[in-house]
Amino acid sequence: MLIVKDIQVYYGAIHALHGISFEVQQGEIVTLIGANGAGKSTVLKTISGLLRAKSGDVVYTGKSLRNVDPHNIVKLGLAQVPEGRRIFQQMTVLENLEMGAFIRNDRAEIEAGFEQVFQSFPRLKERRKQLAGTLSGGEQQMLAMGRAMMSKPQLLMLDEPSMGLSPILVNEIFSIIAQVHQSGTTVLLVEQNARMALSIAHRAYVLETGRIVKSGDAKELMDDDAIRKAYLGH
Amino acid sequence: MTFVNQIINGLHVGSIYALIALGYTMVYGIVKLINFAHGDIIMVGSYTAMVIMTELTGLPLWVGLLIAMLAAMLVCTTFGVVIERVAYKPLRNTQRIAALITAIGVSLLLQNIAQLIFSPNSLPFPVAIRVPPVAIGEMTISFITLLTITVSVLLMLGLQAFVHKTKIGKAMRAVSEDRDAAQLMGINVSTTISVTFAIGSALAAMGAVLYSTAYPIIIPTMGAMPGLKAFIAAVLGGIGVLPGAMLGGFLMGVAESLTNGYISSQWGDAVVFGILIVVLLVKPSGILGRRTSEKV
Ligand SMILES: Nc1ncnc2c1ncn2[C@@H]1O[C@H](COP(=O)(O)OP(=O)(O)OP(=O)(O)O)[C@@H](O)[C@H]1O
Ligand SMILES: [Mg+2]
Repeated sequence: MLIVKDIQVYYGAIHALHGISFEVQQGEIVTLIGANGAGKSTVLKTISGLLRAKSGDVVYTGKSLRNVDPHNIVKLGLAQVPEGRRIFQQMTVLENLEMGAFIRNDRAEIEAGFEQVFQSFPRLKERRKQLAGTLSGGEQQMLAMGRAMMSKPQLLMLDEPSMGLSPILVNEIFSIIAQVHQSGTTVLLVEQNARMALSIAHRAYVLETGRIVKSGDAKELMDDDAIRKAYLGH
Repeated sequence: MTFVNQIINGLHVGSIYALIALGYTMVYGIVKLINFAHGDIIMVGSYTAMVIMTELTGLPLWVGLLIAMLAAMLVCTTFGVVIERVAYKPLRNTQRIAALITAIGVSLLLQNIAQLIFSPNSLPFPVAIRVPPVAIGEMTISFITLLTITVSVLLMLGLQAFVHKTKIGKAMRAVSEDRDAAQLMGINVSTTISVTFAIGSALAAMGAVLYSTAYPIIIPTMGAMPGLKAFIAAVLGGIGVLPGAMLGGFLMGVAESLTNGYISSQWGDAVVFGILIVVLLVKPSGILGRRTSEKV
């Protein structure tokens, strides 16, 4: 479904990704794990077109995304929940969800989307008229996910959805990710919380300073000694 | 003149400042650029209206004025959108100062083109409205004043409805707040920016025609003063915040009018700039501004 081929990405003179290759099959949950600054967010931003690879390619359902603008990449069925939520603080919860549905035009479908999001996140329903900036961190994460779901993506990319959340909320967010996956969405999950990520994913790639240093079945990586030491804390 | 009359005069000129200020503030909100050429869009609007009204002599004057308004809006919108595409868009991802200097360049370019076409001398703006003043109770208000305030307020309400109720209006707010996140929603940022320049320029065109109806002398550098005052109004109200520009415009107009009436007309401009300095010292983000000081 998604093939990332040997991408080299720079921020000016800073060489952030040194030839990254991986793929995501339809129906999978794939996770990219790695420490701070490994390049995880850079990978997602390159896929969604916010950054451009100097060389290499991103191919989605057989189509190269090299020259596709970010707003058109969304239309192909890729949605990203960015790191730090990046919700529109000065807009209401409902308006944020409407923006998530920007590429859709069928009013009935959009309404159905709201209902679906409110079913997953009942708390957003109560707060739908509230400015998004007044939500708690956890609620903002829910909104960011709900907003991405509004575009009805085939592939949902999440950048550290557990960041800054309490363990209970992390569990809640991960069970929603599982639900979204169950309903037929392919998931590419970036996480520093390797334990949670590996427990939900089918396959994983480990990123270190802009390179993939390990990949494989998530369960196997969970038992890998080096991984346990570096990312699971024992 | 009574105090109330001074206030009403202030609201008259203030509503024009507000219309122009909206263009500054919307553009700043979305591309973080002080568009120094915005004042000259007023000049473009006034000259366009002047040409149309001079050509359309056969029609009743108010029909001519109406057509002139529409023509000015069309021309100014085109100028605004083209200027953004040609001059600012290529600099979108460079340092801000580059676009700022370019805006000053565009401003000078427009003024010089106007001088080439219309000469550097002032020209009379055709007087279109010869309606007696309207009596409200004890007071009489000039018809132009009434028209200006009404049209401006309607345009402002329309703009508020646009940015809160329409899809593209909401997209404008989204792009203003977080351009990358907006792109991730599938919003075309370039289109949204063009729409913003279009609306800002159309409002400036209306401001231009109303301004020139009140001060019927036009000259290629005429945009500088109302442009500067509208910019101050935008900063005063909180740049990037639409209601701030409206409030700032009205406050500026009233302050100017009261100074002219009770102190001296020579002090009008000084007071206006004085207010700006005070506000910037007390609350740098402006009266309704949200973000703490963001340096330009
Ligand atoms: N805008 C930028 N300008 C310059 N360098 C950047 C920029 N963004 C990221 N980098 C650098 O690129 C590298 C990868 O950053 P990236 O944000 O992709 O890491 P990450 O794996 O997502 O980290 P984290 O877990 O902290 O979010 C880092 O060395 C970072 O300093
Ligand atoms: Mg990151």
